[in-house]
Amino acid sequence: MTEILTINNLNVTPKNDPHRFLVKDAAFSLSPGKTTCIVGESGSGKSLTALTIMGLLSAQLQSTGSVIFKGEDITLLDNKALQKIRGAKIGMIFQEPMTSLNPVLTVGYQIGESLTAHLGLKGSGLKLRVESLLQQVGIPIERANSYPDELSGGQRQRVMIAMSIACEPALLIADEPTTALDVTVQAQILQLLDELKTRMNMAMLFITHDFGVVADIADDVIVMFRGEIVETGTKKQVLDKPQHPYTKALLACVPDAEGKKQLKPIDYAWLKDGLNDKKAAA
Amino acid sequence: MSIENLQNLENAPVILQANRLVKTYTQSSGRFGFGSAQIKALDDVSLSLKAGSTLAVVGESGSGKSTLARCLLQLHPFDSGEVLFEGKDLAKLDANSLRSMRKNLQMVFQDPFASLNPRMRVGEIVGEGLLIHGLGSASEKKNRAAEQKNKVQQMLERVGLSAGDALKYPHQFSGGQRQRIGIARALVLQPKVVVCDEPVSALDVSVQAQILLLLKELQHEMQLSYIFISHDLRVVRHIADEMVVMHKGKIVEQGKVVDIYNAPQQAYTQQLLSAIPGRKAA
Repeated sequence: MTEILTINNLNVTPKNDPHRFLVKDAAFSLSPGKTTCIVGESGSGKSLTALTIMGLLSAQLQSTGSVIFKGEDITLLDNKALQKIRGAKIGMIFQEPMTSLNPVLTVGYQIGESLTAHLGLKGSGLKLRVESLLQQVGIPIERANSYPDELSGGQRQRVMIAMSIACEPALLIADEPTTALDVTVQAQILQLLDELKTRMNMAMLFITHDFGVVADIADDVIVMFRGEIVETGTKKQVLDKPQHPYTKALLACVPDAEGKKQLKPIDYAWLKDGLNDKKAAA
Repeated sequence: MSIENLQNLENAPVILQANRLVKTYTQSSGRFGFGSAQIKALDDVSLSLKAGSTLAVVGESGSGKSTLARCLLQLHPFDSGEVLFEGKDLAKLDANSLRSMRKNLQMVFQDPFASLNPRMRVGEIVGEGLLIHGLGSASEKKNRAAEQKNKVQQMLERVGLSAGDALKYPHQFSGGQRQRIGIARALVLQPKVVVCDEPVSALDVSVQAQILLLLKELQHEMQLSYIFISHDLRVVRHIADEMVVMHKGKIVEQGKVVDIYNAPQQAYTQQLLSAIPGRKAA
């Protein structure tokens, strides 16, 4: 078994409305050293899927199904056991580097926190490790004593990445990590994540709405639409030869840098027929 | 592209022109903000918009593109330079003439959630400009009100909403629909120039494609000229005829979109274009 994470029959519903599926019957698995992109529009359930893996769903929501991480179903674990996995074996990066860092603590302290909590590092050993992490993400080591507001958006996202890889997790979940950044900074961060993934042989689950980013970073692609996974495949399969009508329609909306493509908005009425045809055929 | 061929673009008259605009902000700086620093948001910026065409203003955050939009529309005072609309210097107009000039210069904003008054009905939002400018040909006040109401309903239908939506409130609409309301509000006055400040960057790609196509159709029908502010170079490639690239308050490169994308002259433009996600893989 090479998969590091396998998800089966994952459903997410509001507690007070258990028949409304926000995520419906999701299933996929992730392997070490590979980046899997979940792509979809807002409300498609891509972030909820990631939060469910981490056991971080809000109190109004509930999930069913299994999340098997390294052979163990982590949905069955209590909070205490989950805490040992979160941050140590599964790292996470969020969209907004501005709001995810604590403004009154130095970035060095914040990077060190999980090292102390999970690995018990202290003193000079901790300092050395924090400095090496800063170096890995391309931030000068003197910056360990800076506060988040003294850093640019790109640097803050680098700090977030340093925090998330501090304990060398087997799986890194990145939820739109570059959406709030300028394109040139985005390109640097994508490259950094790709290098780290290869060097540490991590599995990366990368959530995005941007097909350009998918083309740059993905090995495998999962397309979600209204809570359901409609297509999975390698990057080449999904981008070059999409099978599902929604994937095709969505790709036709994406402007290209060459300006050759004629944009075509999604015709939802047609799409609905297409989906029904497909279901009838199956 | 909005202008059928580049020949037409060459011959089109200039409708809006900015000459050597300078705008400086004073910002508090240093610990506790006791110091002050001058920030040049616009540093000697000149551009011209040809009638019926789209001029994109491209740059990263902080490059001064939104300041430029506001200065062009006389929403912000600037330190020096001039803005000419159909040859008239807007800064030299008195308050009354400027107000009546404003119906020719409209704006579509980025955030469709923040730019519509939540307490006004859509009909009031779209019709407010007509009311202020007293537009309508009927002499009697009562008839004019009916005419304005009619115009609002026609405009709503034109942007893909229904006449009945005039009675609803903004919160009853999705992001894409709200952006349509914003467009209806700008266009109901039959302006000549529309400044679009990141009009699609808050939208999903499928909605983005709809709005881009709508903007193009309306440009054609109503002979509009657009200033299109964007950080997304794929969108710019699709909608604009000409572009200016801004960096730290200065225009570093300007010209036809086709030429700049094929052969960017400046290092900064090259950097921006090579950072477009998905280009590497394509």
